[in-house]
Amino acid sequence: MAQERTPLVSVRGVSKHYGEGAARVDALKGVSIDIFPREVVALLGPSGSGKTTLLNVIGCIIDPSGGALDLDGERVFDNGKWLRDDLRRLRLEKIGFIFQAHNLLPFLDATDNVAVALELAGHSQSAARRRAVELLDYLEIGHRRDAMPAKLSGGEAQRVAIARALANSPRIILADEPTAALDSKRAQIVMELLRKLAAEQDASIIAVTHDEKIFGYFDRVCHLRDGVIEEETRVAPAGQSV
Amino acid sequence: MNLAWREIRHNSGRFVFTGVGLGLLLGVVLSMIGIYRGMVVDALTIARTPDVDLWVVEANSRGPFAESSRIPGDTREAVARMPGVTAAGSVTYQSVEATAGGRKMRLYVIGYEPGRPGGPAEIIVGRGLGRSHFEIVADRSSKLVPGDVVTFGRDRYTVVGLTAYHVSSGGDPAAFVTLRDAQQFQAELDPAAVRLQAARGAGSGSIDTVSAVIARLAPAASVEAVAAGIARWKHLSAIAQADQEAILTGSHIDRARRQIGLFTGLLLAVSAVVIALIIYTMTMEKLKQIATLKLIGAPDRTITAMIVQQALALGLIGFFMGWALIVAIKDIFPRRIVLDTDNVTQLGIVIVAVCLLASGLGVRAALKVDPATALGG
Ligand SMILES: Nc1ncnc2c1ncn2[C@@H]1O[C@H](COP(=O)(O)OP(=O)(O)OP(=O)(O)O)[C@@H](O)[C@H]1O
Ligand SMILES: [Mg+2]
Repeated sequence: MAQERTPLVSVRGVSKHYGEGAARVDALKGVSIDIFPREVVALLGPSGSGKTTLLNVIGCIIDPSGGALDLDGERVFDNGKWLRDDLRRLRLEKIGFIFQAHNLLPFLDATDNVAVALELAGHSQSAARRRAVELLDYLEIGHRRDAMPAKLSGGEAQRVAIARALANSPRIILADEPTAALDSKRAQIVMELLRKLAAEQDASIIAVTHDEKIFGYFDRVCHLRDGVIEEETRVAPAGQSV
Repeated sequence: MNLAWREIRHNSGRFVFTGVGLGLLLGVVLSMIGIYRGMVVDALTIARTPDVDLWVVEANSRGPFAESSRIPGDTREAVARMPGVTAAGSVTYQSVEATAGGRKMRLYVIGYEPGRPGGPAEIIVGRGLGRSHFEIVADRSSKLVPGDVVTFGRDRYTVVGLTAYHVSSGGDPAAFVTLRDAQQFQAELDPAAVRLQAARGAGSGSIDTVSAVIARLAPAASVEAVAAGIARWKHLSAIAQADQEAILTGSHIDRARRQIGLFTGLLLAVSAVVIALIIYTMTMEKLKQIATLKLIGAPDRTITAMIVQQALALGLIGFFMGWALIVAIKDIFPRRIVLDTDNVTQLGIVIVAVCLLASGLGVRAALKVDPATALGG
């Protein structure tokens, strides 16, 4: 049934190499993958297999060397160049990032780190703060909402970063090891939240993970090795809660 | 929310520290400007004090400030009789080494005739000269107070009043005495001049010479016409007030003025480089945060505003701190510091321009940074 719809993310034969000549590293060698709305997909693979690179290509952060990329039914990369010049606007509206490192702005407290993404999208200051507090409460980090990032534990900072990624209800959520810094209870909360978001917002979630405890939350697991997708495992029927 | 302000607040200690440093630097720039202006204003004050239109001096001399000038004392009566002249006064100017309470000091002694042009513009403490001998009105920069006794030549003078901002172009405090007193000690200090005067046939032992005669004209009178009339007398020439001021600023203190002017220019250039470096470094340290902002979708406008606002804030904090510093300490400088609003405003504009230019460099770097830099994990 998912296949009948347009994929939210469509990667077509994307390759990416870093450097030239002897220093050349082929991080992606012709990767193709379609991810549909409401799908929660895991990227798995050994270190250096190209997971982060693939995620960043989908997030329009790094330029692919070849291939094509469609987001939400729109071709955004083809023939070696981006077809939109406002990639940041695209990211602001459609893509939420959960980084491997939390990347919170050190000079803003937890609430404002979330609110800044909302204000950038055009929300008023008070509305942004209100929604930010809601999100933080939702991620059970509301009690730390006035803390500066330097005063947060790794897990707390990660949850604030997740709140920021979810702030503008993006339809594509990219997460690089989102639960690495969390205990298993919190990891499950985050995954449940992501699943719920996928279902309610018609969103796609793509997460790099090594965390076996959360495999059960994914619809599909894609195994990468040396820059190609080696195999795909369908864990649970798409759109169905575990 | 204002990201620039939030970041400043987060690093407020460091920001204030940088601002104070910059304030000290800009304070030095301002003080140089003030010294420069003070020098010009000081030179002009002495010439403007008598509030006259014409300076009658020795023929072919540019006196009495830039060159020495000596003319007969009876010149004043002749000048006063000229049509268009409403008041005239004889004046002498001479630097002397004086002693007061065991302290040696240089004074710029101005002799004038009380009741005629040439006296101090305003007495701030005490009173002006009476008709009596051996009284003196000194500038307060001499640190004298009324009642002090000052000795120069063979005579002892009593301070009766103080003026402000009357100094020679070299910075020596002015001291007003009556013309007769001035002529008296001039003769004592320089007997040769008296002999010369006698040889010219001005009467044996005459001490009746003055440096200049200054004249005030009726509003309708033409300065040129009166000056031309005076120039017909053999031993005299006449200098209009505007020309006297031009001589003072244009030639008399010209070299010192250019010296300080050049130094001020250099100091400004150094400050500009320092400001540029500070702002550039401030931005470079934030590149990762800027990359994060780009990653979550902040437009260039947001990032540019953050950098430019911080640069301006820093520049203005430095500027106002420097200004406050100079206003607070300007009176302890041995010479006058004059800060016109004009000059201060101009410096402010220069600082703002430098900040904008410097933040341009930072903005360029920030806009070039790859959002992927933020990932780095
Ligand atoms: N900026 C870069 N410049 C050069 N080579 C790079 C760069 N980023 C990644 N690579 C190389 O590309 C390959 C894929 O890297 P990538 O970060 O995608 O791997 P990964 O699967 O995310 O690994 P890990 O599990 O360790 O995070 C690696 O060999 C890596 O060394
Ligand atoms: Mg990685």
